[in-house]
Amino acid sequence: MSEEYEPNILAFLCNWCSYAGADLAGTSRTHYLPNIKIIRVMCSGRVNPLFLVNALQQGADGVLISGCHPGDCHYLEGNFYARRRFMLMRKLLEHVGVDPGRVNMSWVSASEGAKFKEVIDETVAKAKEAGPMDQFRRRQLNW
Amino acid sequence: MSSRRPKIGVYVCHCGINIGSVVDVPAVVEYASSLPGVAIAREYTYMCSDPGQNLVKEDIKTSGLNRVIVASCSPRMHEPTFRKTLKEAGLNPYFLEMANIREQCSWVHEDHAEATEKAKKLVEAAVAKALVLEALEEKEVDVIPSCLVIGAGIAGIQAALDIADAGFKVYVVEKTPSVGGHMSQLDKTFPTLDCSACILTPKMVDVANHPNIELMTYSQVEAVEGYVGNFKATIRKKARYVDVSKCTGCGVCAENCRLAGRIPSEFDENIGMRSAIYLPFPQAVPAKYTIDPERCLQLSKGKCGKEGPACAEACTAGAVNFEQEDELVDIECGTIIVATGYDVFDAARKPEYAWSDYANVITGLEFERLVSASGPTGGKPLLGRDKKGEGGYLPQKVAFIHCVGSRDKSVGNEYCSRVCCMYLAKQAHLIRDKLPEADITVYYMDVRAFGKGFEEFYDRVRREGVRYVRGNPSEVFKKNADPEDHTLIVKVEDTLTAQALEAEHDMVVLGVGLEPRHDVREIIDLFKLSQSTDGFFMEAHPKLRPVDTASDGIFLAGCCQGPKDIPDTVAQAKGAASSALILIASGKVNVEAQVSFVTSSECRGCGFCVEVCPFGAIELVDENRMGNIVKVALVNEALCKGCGSCAAACLSGAIQPRSFKDEQILPQIAVLGVRT
Repeated sequence: MSEEYEPNILAFLCNWCSYAGADLAGTSRTHYLPNIKIIRVMCSGRVNPLFLVNALQQGADGVLISGCHPGDCHYLEGNFYARRRFMLMRKLLEHVGVDPGRVNMSWVSASEGAKFKEVIDETVAKAKEAGPMDQFRRRQLNW
Repeated sequence: MSSRRPKIGVYVCHCGINIGSVVDVPAVVEYASSLPGVAIAREYTYMCSDPGQNLVKEDIKTSGLNRVIVASCSPRMHEPTFRKTLKEAGLNPYFLEMANIREQCSWVHEDHAEATEKAKKLVEAAVAKALVLEALEEKEVDVIPSCLVIGAGIAGIQAALDIADAGFKVYVVEKTPSVGGHMSQLDKTFPTLDCSACILTPKMVDVANHPNIELMTYSQVEAVEGYVGNFKATIRKKARYVDVSKCTGCGVCAENCRLAGRIPSEFDENIGMRSAIYLPFPQAVPAKYTIDPERCLQLSKGKCGKEGPACAEACTAGAVNFEQEDELVDIECGTIIVATGYDVFDAARKPEYAWSDYANVITGLEFERLVSASGPTGGKPLLGRDKKGEGGYLPQKVAFIHCVGSRDKSVGNEYCSRVCCMYLAKQAHLIRDKLPEADITVYYMDVRAFGKGFEEFYDRVRREGVRYVRGNPSEVFKKNADPEDHTLIVKVEDTLTAQALEAEHDMVVLGVGLEPRHDVREIIDLFKLSQSTDGFFMEAHPKLRPVDTASDGIFLAGCCQGPKDIPDTVAQAKGAASSALILIASGKVNVEAQVSFVTSSECRGCGFCVEVCPFGAIELVDENRMGNIVKVALVNEALCKGCGSCAAACLSGAIQPRSFKDEQILPQIAVLGVRT
């Protein structure tokens, strides 16, 4: 592992809490690492666990799902489904040899811009520790 | 149009220097023009401005663009703006995709090269998604022309009156037995010294008598369902144990109650006493008595005296009814205004001020009741009365302490409560008015006299001989143990002279701040509201949408959104009323077009999606497949809110939320997942 290794992390953020929290981090000019790329979904419950596998296959070194705090979901219970699916998927990925540090989940509300930065820093640090993700690498899929 | 080959226009915004100073915009444009499907790539200083939008419109018309990507700020900010642009140019508004290169790129990254690379990637992902976007139809639904107002303080009252005056039905739900809220407890209001009751009570009566208003006091919202324009609410009317149609409000019952004068009155901040059957205050609306089920002997112990309840016997109208039960009422409304108000800070959480220990340390709200002409002392600031409310002494040396529970990280409240500076100045004036000889000192951190007439009032109070000492007291304690000596010592450092003081006072008034209500959680769970860091309800946009919430059709008014004084509360209530009226008066609203749909030929009828749908929007229906009747899922588009939980549960990918389909998200993953 070279010292220059910068992990590439894909984040799935729900529109109402975490994406808004990320926007607030921007509005407050909270600087964080550019390693993170964000995909907006309406609810963390939308995140099909296969998206995580797909991201790791494509070459992402880490993934993050972030939604509203438990009980605050804009769609009542989507984040609970997300949490259950996530836990299962992380166990399965660990079982096939993926460092669980690559697979992350957090709750960030629309008012927690500062927390968003902390989550990013932590996610990046964990992915750095895990090293480049090469296990699933394959030809780039052409959708 | 969707059948045509994608012809994408990419517009990269400089946002003045907000984006351009960090991201190399021309490089992003050059990169974008090399991407598949991109016909035009341009940059502009402000895409959201009129010329910026015209640029898009012109290109759609002259070059036949059928997909548009705007790389600028967050879609939460300007997606509606650019959707409208597309619509005006004759293109389906859902052919728009935004790349967030401001909030999530230029504002958060310092390294210009890295930020530019990231912006390129974000634009590329947007292009990948745009290639597979589809046209969506927006559906219009009717708005039920009515509003549900939760809370009947000054905010709720004003909002309800405005909507009712416009000619529409309003339901007002208030938790306590009377309307009026905290404002009815106040004596005078700053800075004009209007009598609070004199300006409020006419409005309280109006809200009760208005033909368009259905007032439900001593009631709570139990459940809410539906969506903008079509909400259904269940309201629990708690049993008063008094038949309101018979009660005349004469008060004989309360005089005869065996517990008369023995229960602390919540309205009088526990300084005055009431009976178990009570009217919170004489001007209460409606003027109907209520039995406190926790204190009433008949209701809590099952027995009241030897002869049975005295109140029932005394009531000549026969209104007392111990058999009464809670009643559930279902209503339908198009809009909702949440005006649930605040709690004052619990002074017991600042033990150094000894509010729990000494009777002559009181909170600002207790002071209001103490000096109110309708209060338990008839307006005299009497301290140290006995249990029967007799005796007592008038203070000679009064201290006021600012910022108790506000601007104080140690109790978790970083915010300024906005009203304390001025209400303490007003209270200092009232003491000067009632006790011209008294020595009055105000201990302050800063005086924030920001409103209309505030600075002038503060100046006037100082000229009336009120001493302002800059310092935050560290401790309040008794001078000696003698019960007859009421002297308190306030320990403080005068930070302007750097002198440590131990000043003697015989009355200390704590300027307690405003906090979110203790039962704020119930409202959050009912209406799915979010909180800002201070715990108050969060508005949709801090500047431009101050009364809207993230849920369409639900608006905020008053202190539930953040501390504010009466003029600001009334202004916000009028704003919330006007926002609700926009929906009600237009009578139509566009509902979510990004809802789920089922490809029935791929559906295996397992019903997983039915189970996970939080809104009950999916059901299994019979389908005839070449003579075989099979079950397939069907989405009720009016109920679906487009969260997409169903799609993540679906085993075959048959159910998908529009604009967030698997085949639209996977290409984004493919672009962004690749390490650069």
